[in-house]
Formats: sequence, structure tokens, C-alpha cells
Amino acid sequence: MSEEKTIQERKVVIPGETLATGMEYLPGHGTHRVNEEIRASWLGLSEYNGSVIKVIPLKGAYIPREGDRVIGVIADVSYSSWDVNVFGPANAMLGIGDASRSYIELGEDLTRYYDIGDYIYAEVSKVSKSMFIKINMKDKMFRKLNTGLTVKISPVKVPRIIGKKGSMVNLLKEETGCTFIVGQNGIVWIKGETRQQELLALKAIKYVENNAHMSGLTDTMKEKIKEWKQNE
Amino acid sequence: MSKSIRPDGRKVDEMREAKIELGVIPNANGSAKFTMGKTVAIAAVYGPRELHPRRNQIADKGLLRCNYDLMSFSVSERKRPGPSRRDKELSLVIANALSSLVFLDKFPKQVIDVFVEIPQADAGTRCAGICAASLALADAGIPMRGLTGSVSAGALGETVVIDLDKEEEDWEAGATDMPVTYCPKTNLITSLQLDGEISKKNFFNALELAIGKAKELTDMQEKALKENYKGGSEE
Repeated sequence: MSEEKTIQERKVVIPGETLATGMEYLPGHGTHRVNEEIRASWLGLSEYNGSVIKVIPLKGAYIPREGDRVIGVIADVSYSSWDVNVFGPANAMLGIGDASRSYIELGEDLTRYYDIGDYIYAEVSKVSKSMFIKINMKDKMFRKLNTGLTVKISPVKVPRIIGKKGSMVNLLKEETGCTFIVGQNGIVWIKGETRQQELLALKAIKYVENNAHMSGLTDTMKEKIKEWKQNE
Repeated sequence: MSKSIRPDGRKVDEMREAKIELGVIPNANGSAKFTMGKTVAIAAVYGPRELHPRRNQIADKGLLRCNYDLMSFSVSERKRPGPSRRDKELSLVIANALSSLVFLDKFPKQVIDVFVEIPQADAGTRCAGICAASLALADAGIPMRGLTGSVSAGALGETVVIDLDKEEEDWEAGATDMPVTYCPKTNLITSLQLDGEISKKNFFNALELAIGKAKELTDMQEKALKENYKGGSEE
């Protein structure tokens, strides 16, 4: 049994492509094992981390994972919980015990807290095998997003919006003067002092999404924003 | 056999020219256009998404749903629009051919919708549809075991040929049409149909020929996908 990597790092791989042979390697996210071989499960970029091999997706819908911080829209209000659209495979459940740091009495009018159509920032606390998604808003960072602007981008491009250690989002904050919340599900919330600032930020987000494959994007972005500002 | 018996002058083991275009439908999660000679198939993949009505949900795995539509202007005599009996059957055939490729157990209660539209038909529409759907599924980032190729083999009289067009299919002396879907990665034939009569020897010859050509088609798909996404490798 020869143990070898058959593909170089950071290459586009297609579903079913063999990434490595041998039991030394472990299949990570986006891969599966067939006998001795580790194969890619979806279209993406191959990445090796020690003996663990994974494939970073280039496209795809949002699949919630525990610990993800997401932005959702209240879809329904019931007696003791809210149904939240997190733009994933199913609506998430937000129980009254997890909905806020303060105590909510059972039987209270829940629309006083969050009504249908409200945007909230929350954390995924549980994803069951049968796609039952539970979210919570226990931490003080989680809240209702009252004003501002939301934009939906592809969830696989969220890491590019954030950048290495938040470099991209920090740049956007500095240059546009807006506040950003980036949900792992691809919803970005923008809040600025003026409408112009928000629209500039929106333009920048769209630019990053459309050019996510470019290298040195943070530097290009800086120049682009300057250019846009001058043209105004 | 030096002189071709085929009306368009192709060799017996020569397919029509295949063309691939990706991302033709921006609103879909993944889409592809597959052209095989004069046959054109467009596939769009939506999902995985929540399946409604809920009674159709499967608790521990997902469902792959397909809708095949032969457009009314795609054939020489106008086809009545709307799903015909044939369309419904082919929808099922394509869904079954693709279901074994997708890791459906990763999407409990979800549905993956595959829409296959045929704007122009010149025989082999289900094969073109499956090729387009295979590309569209990969384009949508759906976890799969591998790509799949589909092509029809058959016999014109006693001669085994590949990829019959409409003229050959309607050959008066009797043509046999055998669409084969094959996935090289899992080494599985995921659909096999036969229309007409064929001897046992020719059946196996045709099957072998179709499997070889299906492999060629998956290689072509692989190349097209890598070409389309090669910008993504720069970092």
C-alpha cells in the first residue's frame, strides 16, 4: 500500500477526485473515504492540514453548524418560541428561554420582543441529525437589528468578506465608517451614519463577492473605495 | 469498416460534437448547458432546500427530484406543452440515475430539485439531460460520489453504433437505441434502457462501447469544471 498525495495543495478538485491514498490520511470536511482512497465530495479547493485532508467549497448552500453566528429573519411567532429563517435548509427555532438575557414570562405577547420580519443576530446552539436547528441569543452581542441594511451573499464567500484575522472587514469599517455584522449564513448587516456610507459599503461587499477569487483583494479594495469616494 | 453507414458520415464509434457551458442560470444554485450535436439540454439545480409538503419528507435522508421538460418548439412537429406521460417517465429515469451519485443522507428532510429543459431535440435528450444535470449538481456544490456520463449506444441493423441521432433512430430497417448512464468513480451503471431488438453479442458490444464513451464524457465534464473554476485556485 503506497501512501501518497495525488493532488497538490490549493487546486480545484471535482467531486469524486482522488486526493490521497493510504490509511495514514484522514478525510476532513468535504471528503469521503472509499477503501484506501480519500476522494473529494464536492467542487472546491483541496487543503491539507497535517494528515487531515479537506475541500473548501467554492459554491453551495448554507449548512448550519453548532457555534455559527447567523443573521435570521423572524418567520413566525408562536406561544413559546419563534420560527427563524436563517437562509439554511430549514427554519430555526428560538425558544423563549434562549431569546434574551432577561426572563420572558410564558404567555406574554412575544411580538413585543421580536415580530415577524425582524432581523436578529443569533448563535446556532444545536443542529440535530434530522435538521432541527435551534438558535439562542443568550450572549449580549446577540440582538435585534433595528435599522440598517442587509445584503445576502454566497455563504462560501463569507471568509473573504472577513479576511485574514478580520483584515477585510476592518478595512471596510475604517474606509466606509459603517458597522458590520457578518453572519456565517451569508447575510451581512450594514449600519452607517448616512445612507451614502451604507451604499458605499454595499458596493464594496458586492465587489468582494464578485472578485472573491482574486489574490491581494484587501489592497485592491482599498484603492477601489478611494476611487468610488472621489467619484461621488 | 471504412465507409460509414451513418447518414451524417460519422464513424460507428464517433459521438456528435459535445459542448459544455456552466452557470447559464444565475438564479439557480448550479446550472449547466450541454450540447450534443443538435440536441441541447439545460439543467438547473436548486437546493438542498426544505421539502414541501412535509408528508413527502424522508426523516433520515434527502430526496432528489427531477423535472424533465421537452419544450414545445424543440421537435419538428409542435409538442403539446406541459408534462406528458413520456416527460414524467423520463423525469423519474433521470432522478433515479442521479440519486445514487449524491450523498443524500447528508440532507435529511431536504430536497434537491433538478430541472432539465430541452430547447432543441435530436434524439438522446435523456442522455444530454443527465450530462447537464451531473454538471449542474457539481456546479451547485452538492456532495457527490462522482460525475456521471450518459450516452446512447445501439445498433443499425447488425452494426453497433454510438450516439444515435433522430435520423438514425427512425431508420426504417430497424434501429435499436440503448441509453446508458455510467459513473466511472463508483463503477456503476445507474440507468440502462433498451428500445428495439438486439442480439446478445451486440448488446455487450454496445454496452462496452457506451461505457467507454461515458468515461470520455465525464473527463470532458471534469475539464470544463476545472476550466470554469480555475480562477479560484489563486490565493
